[in-house]
Amino acid sequence: MSTQDPDTPTLTRRQALKCLASWSGAAVVWTVAGGVPRALGATRGDTPMAASQAGALSFVQISDTHIGFRKDANPDVVGSLRRAIADIHALPETPAFVVHTGDVSHLSKPEEFGTARELLKEIRVDRVHTVPGEHDTIDDGATGYLKFFDHDGNGKSWYSFDQGGVHFVGLNNVLNFKLGTMASLGDDQLAWLKSDLAGVSNSTPVVVLAHIPLWTIWEPWGWGTADSAQAMALLRPFGSVTVLNGHIHQVLQKVEGNVALHTARSLAYPLPTPGQAGVGEPGPVTVSAGELGKLLGTRELRVVRGRADVALIDTPLDHSRPS
Amino acid sequence: MQNRVSAIAASMRHAAVAVAVTAAAAFAVPAIYAVAATPASKVDVDIAKFLFTSKEVTVAPGTTVVWTNRDETPHTVAASDKSFSSKGLDTNDKFEHTFANEGDFDYICTVHPFMTGVVHVHK
Repeated sequence: MSTQDPDTPTLTRRQALKCLASWSGAAVVWTVAGGVPRALGATRGDTPMAASQAGALSFVQISDTHIGFRKDANPDVVGSLRRAIADIHALPETPAFVVHTGDVSHLSKPEEFGTARELLKEIRVDRVHTVPGEHDTIDDGATGYLKFFDHDGNGKSWYSFDQGGVHFVGLNNVLNFKLGTMASLGDDQLAWLKSDLAGVSNSTPVVVLAHIPLWTIWEPWGWGTADSAQAMALLRPFGSVTVLNGHIHQVLQKVEGNVALHTARSLAYPLPTPGQAGVGEPGPVTVSAGELGKLLGTRELRVVRGRADVALIDTPLDHSRPS
Repeated sequence: MQNRVSAIAASMRHAAVAVAVTAAAAFAVPAIYAVAATPASKVDVDIAKFLFTSKEVTVAPGTTVVWTNRDETPHTVAASDKSFSSKGLDTNDKFEHTFANEGDFDYICTVHPFMTGVVHVHK
């Protein structure tokens, strides 16, 4: 609903409203605090999520830190990540863990991965789960990345784990491309995903992490996953699926049945809106120093046991702190 | 003092010779023939705004193609047939490949596989 697929007819207003109503979390409420908009994912019944709920699992998503980038669009990406870390530490409830949805580094250099890993260790949580972005796999596929971020030690850049009654899946959708196509998951990973999900009951909430959006937002810029339809077919039977993506450095969301897809802000620099008029390419956008902090940010998520919807709050780095 | 004078005289003679050679080359050899006959010729392809510019180039065997990344985003140059492949190119980094054999060589940026180009190598 955020974007229009040229292959499908345009939704009527009635269809769109019906679709929205079927997944209440899609109704993102924009509130303004201190002049800065904050997106608040509405929970069922349109009640904002409570600060603390029994049986809830809260975690934080960060994305696209691009450690090693030092151009005008953000000469201090380390400083931006440190501001995000301070925001995470200031949350009223300590998150269970942090997920990083890719482009940890800018040029896949070992020193960038090393710096990033040390910075991520500064976050006072048990674990930081990462998935690779295309900036992390430039020279040798995922090999260099895995020397620093091989989470379960099996030498693969995809994995799953269970926590708080939720099944988490981390995917690599930045490789496996053919000439002129978008990147894809590939047959090996799809086969693994199928066998991984076979052991999960349909009532278990599933959260999927992948760098590039798992739906096609803007194909001319590679903003999509070539074989996402096959992944979606595997996810569709589940009652609650939340897909968390990065890559496009801005917040967009889309809902298909029980599957809600969300892209996140970057912690490095803004990118144009999809296919933005007058902009030919998805390169870094330089904004004034006062604007940058409004366009970078973090996301807090909360999964409440027994409820299908996942609540989320997107908070820019520039925000007024609740007193 | 004497040494310095003779050194200047020597360098002037050298310069005169160089001018003479350049003039001979310019007048004696047709320009178009000179390009084809020079085995060490180079062709530049800039990478800018997520495009290979030019997207297609046609060169003679023995030509070296030099790609330069003008974007703030890293790119690579990688042949579909794996005959050449660059490392990640940061802003203003260059990669070059000499095409010894005839053929059509498709290539992409592996970071952004929607970026494509082709080098046609013909005599």
